[in-house]
Amino acid sequence: MASLGGEALTVTHVEKKKKPPARYWEDPPQQAGNGDNNRGTDGEQAGRQTEQQTPKAKKRKENEDRGDGNKFLSGKADRFPGPAPIPEDRLQKFKRKEKMKKPRRQHYKLKDMIARSEENSEMSQIQAARLDLLLPEDAGFLEGDEGEDTCTISQEDIAESVDITSKTKYFDLKLSQFGPYRVDYSQTGRQVLLGGRRGHIACIDWQSKQLTCEINVMESVNDVKWLHSEAMYAVAQKKWLHIYDSNGIELHCIRKFNDVLRMQFLPYHFLLATASATSFLQYLDVSVGKEVAAICTKTGRLDVMCQNPQNAVIHLGHANGTVTLWTPNQKEALVKMLCHHGAVRSVAVDKTGTYMVTSGMDKKLKVFDIRTFKPLKSYFLPAGASCLSLSQRGLLSAATGDIVQVYRDVWSTPVTKPYMAHRVQKTVWGTHFCPFEDVLGVGHGDGFTSMLIPGAGEPNIDGLDANPFRSAKQRQEWEVKALLEKVQPELISLNPTELGMVDRAASEIKHQDRVKALGFDPLAKVKFVPKYKKKGRSSSGNIEKRKRQVGHEDQRDDIRKTAEDRVKIEKERRQKEKKEAVLSSQKSALDRFRK
Amino acid sequence: QCNAGKLISSSSTHGLCSAFPFPFSHQMKVKVLSRNPDDYVRETKLDIQRVPRNYDPTLHPFEVSREYTRALNATKLERVFAKPFLASLDGHRDGVNCMAKHTKSLSTLLSGSCDGQVKVWNLTKRECVRTLQAHEGFVRGMVVRSCGTSFFTVGDDKTIKHWKMEAPGYGEEEEPLNTILGKTVFTGLDHHQKDAVFATCGQQVDIWDERRSSPIRSFTWGVDSFSAVRFNPVETELLASCASDRSIVLYDMRESAPLKKVIMTMRSNTLCWNPMEAYYFTCSNEDYNLYTYDMRYLDQPVTVHMDHVSAVLDVDYSPTGKEFVSASFDKTIRIFPKDGGHSREVYHTKRMQHVICIKWSADNKYILSGSDEMNIRLWKANAAEKLGVLAPRERQATNYSQKLKEKFQHHPQIRRIAHHRHLPKSLYHQTKELRVMKEARRKKYVNVRKHSRPGSVPLLSEKEKHVVTVVK
Repeated sequence: MASLGGEALTVTHVEKKKKPPARYWEDPPQQAGNGDNNRGTDGEQAGRQTEQQTPKAKKRKENEDRGDGNKFLSGKADRFPGPAPIPEDRLQKFKRKEKMKKPRRQHYKLKDMIARSEENSEMSQIQAARLDLLLPEDAGFLEGDEGEDTCTISQEDIAESVDITSKTKYFDLKLSQFGPYRVDYSQTGRQVLLGGRRGHIACIDWQSKQLTCEINVMESVNDVKWLHSEAMYAVAQKKWLHIYDSNGIELHCIRKFNDVLRMQFLPYHFLLATASATSFLQYLDVSVGKEVAAICTKTGRLDVMCQNPQNAVIHLGHANGTVTLWTPNQKEALVKMLCHHGAVRSVAVDKTGTYMVTSGMDKKLKVFDIRTFKPLKSYFLPAGASCLSLSQRGLLSAATGDIVQVYRDVWSTPVTKPYMAHRVQKTVWGTHFCPFEDVLGVGHGDGFTSMLIPGAGEPNIDGLDANPFRSAKQRQEWEVKALLEKVQPELISLNPTELGMVDRAASEIKHQDRVKALGFDPLAKVKFVPKYKKKGRSSSGNIEKRKRQVGHEDQRDDIRKTAEDRVKIEKERRQKEKKEAVLSSQKSALDRFRK
Repeated sequence: QCNAGKLISSSSTHGLCSAFPFPFSHQMKVKVLSRNPDDYVRETKLDIQRVPRNYDPTLHPFEVSREYTRALNATKLERVFAKPFLASLDGHRDGVNCMAKHTKSLSTLLSGSCDGQVKVWNLTKRECVRTLQAHEGFVRGMVVRSCGTSFFTVGDDKTIKHWKMEAPGYGEEEEPLNTILGKTVFTGLDHHQKDAVFATCGQQVDIWDERRSSPIRSFTWGVDSFSAVRFNPVETELLASCASDRSIVLYDMRESAPLKKVIMTMRSNTLCWNPMEAYYFTCSNEDYNLYTYDMRYLDQPVTVHMDHVSAVLDVDYSPTGKEFVSASFDKTIRIFPKDGGHSREVYHTKRMQHVICIKWSADNKYILSGSDEMNIRLWKANAAEKLGVLAPRERQATNYSQKLKEKFQHHPQIRRIAHHRHLPKSLYHQTKELRVMKEARRKKYVNVRKHSRPGSVPLLSEKEKHVVTVVK
């Protein structure tokens, strides 16, 4: 600044330069720029003035002024300045939570930390939304001609009109001997597990149609379920729960789990939840082989079960029309909802954990919002629905007898017609949407049918989670990682994000916790024990006397205070009276007219 | 039912859409997911695996609980890998009384012992490269010149000696470049950051020019002796010293009189300036605490650092200025965050006796401690840190787990594991005893307040308790 001082001095001392008269053909912005120059700091002024002296610089400056600063060397302006805009719905998709409230007082450090973390989360949200635009695959769809219902399009037609690979995904397995079949696809959707009622178990790599293993357990089979990988599966047999590996070798027979009717596997907790005919809900930790919890639900036979994939809460349907929600941490149901007049036949929860679809013996299909536990939609199906299943993109499959119907958007719009329908040979026994594929597996009395349902599966896979194309090495690595971050069963609750929030427990609860931790109450008044004194001064009478001195200490304080207050009030009252007396003693001339 | 053959199909493979207009009236459009495995599987075995990502939150449930589990695992692993002790340098024949970092070379350390011997160590090889008998009696202080070519020592024999950093050649005798005989015993020494000026303390604080044999300036303030003197690393003309009359005195080298002093309840042993925020300094006190002061407001410390159970003998800041390390008479080393009241780490070994001097290495990775039982110990500054060069993925993983630990640090389970330290039995009991004593004192003070006239006994905070007065 010191060097510029001289120049500034000349500017201020020399008389103001005369402006040339304004011409209409000259650009007004440049003039504005000149005007700014005079107001600017001396440094700027000096710079600009030297710039104005050379004609080239002047021209360049004109260019600068015109293009709002966004231009290339060629002089052309960028027609789409700034970062590319991101659609609002994409941003919304990756939004984790609302912005935090600023602390009221001057917590500078805290404010700084909050601001920084919010900046980071916003950046990650924007980046994720940007990346979302670049995802390679689009979801499938099916559109009929004008006036044509998509439910009238047969599977054969769809299979005819799609590519060869997809065509092979529509197939029928005729297994009439050991039927009806339960179906379960593995986490990645590569393998399908079929469990025949009469003991037939088969694992099939359904895309290449290769049979991985096939056994007959010579016992009735109630349910089959894949465990965390394709290497192991659980079979609920007539008496016990058995675990087999992919070669069909029995690994375990778990006698603690008897009469199991339905099973659910919680993949992030490595828990196998089983519902039994003896009304027990049991949890088996498959990573260590321990029973985590056994809950007697006291509601009779449990043959309707599903899990909420967002918070790992188990939903059970009962014969009295209620649906109850369970976690391994609580012996009582978290929630009991009366959903139907009549028994509940089937329950399903969608991927986002927002909606629950139930069907009952009252032939109704109902949709509930399980954040608020309120009914959203209720449909009447003349034949009633069983075997509900929801796909990753929210398609609902319902079986009525031997017809499988698929509905779309059951929770947002009132649905009158199914999206797709298909008739199988015998009564449907189990349905399951294949993850990451547009395929619905239907197990029925006459075997297994794999249907094409366009738009059912999530188009874009995540390679670090469930990757259908993973190699053996990748699977091993994934298994180790998944086991390392196995979520403990204690963390299952209705709101899974609760762990990341501040625990604002009431001070009373906090105090209780503290008492429990310490083993004594730190705030409790200490009982006064008089000191032992010699020379006969600790006679019982003396001790009592000393105790009395201390005994009512705090009471004495209160009494003293109230006494002081009383004196004060009395004083005020007296003063007031005195004032009034003074006022009343002044007689005016008009008082004589008073009666 | 629609008729087969009367369809227009727009089937898609690999995300490509192709529509063929057929001349039929009946039309339907269908697309089914059909992935080309070539897009998802690596081409050859030499390639790395393809990992497509989809960050949709609904595909990744339980993200908080999973992060929590990761944080818990990271915390546990940190405790598993916490092996801070690296090496012990032995060779001194008496307790190590002072140490000095080399200003230019990371791997060089100088140490002076109670028998007057000075040793120069090569830390990478962990061996002594040079030994010289510098003084008779204790080596009291030692400092390396800012250029790194020579160093100064002061000893109990009232001399200041200036030595060359290089060892003498074959046949040459080990002799100092310069020896100054002082009038009294010197107890501490520090060198100016740039200039050829150094300061000693003893009966008074002297400022010396390297070329002269008498001090260019002497500061005294009452009759007292000083135990340490330190130049400010940023405001290079400022000095601070600890005096035996329980005070810390600040000086400006350019002025003839000291600036100001703060008198505390107990004596401070040494002090160290924060190298990044050089208006803060931390002093190690005899009352088991360390105090961080703001040079501008001496009337109460910014932070009181408590955890030691005996007098604190030395303190040194990390070069980042975020943390400092303290050595104590209770045979432990503790690392404190600069603004934290309690230590984040405690180091001890069975054989380490009273730790007399401590240094934090200039690369922020190591801590060096010199103790009574003649050894110098090399510690990691971050107990669980892996030494050596990290692969990029490794570094990323450690950064990630560090962030997770930070995020969940207040959860009770994680806090319990992260804060747990094994202490020797005696130390553990002493800590407990001190806690009881402190509580008793607090109770008594509360009772005194309760039974005296309101306002006559003020409620003192921990910071206010230890400062007697500030004199200007």
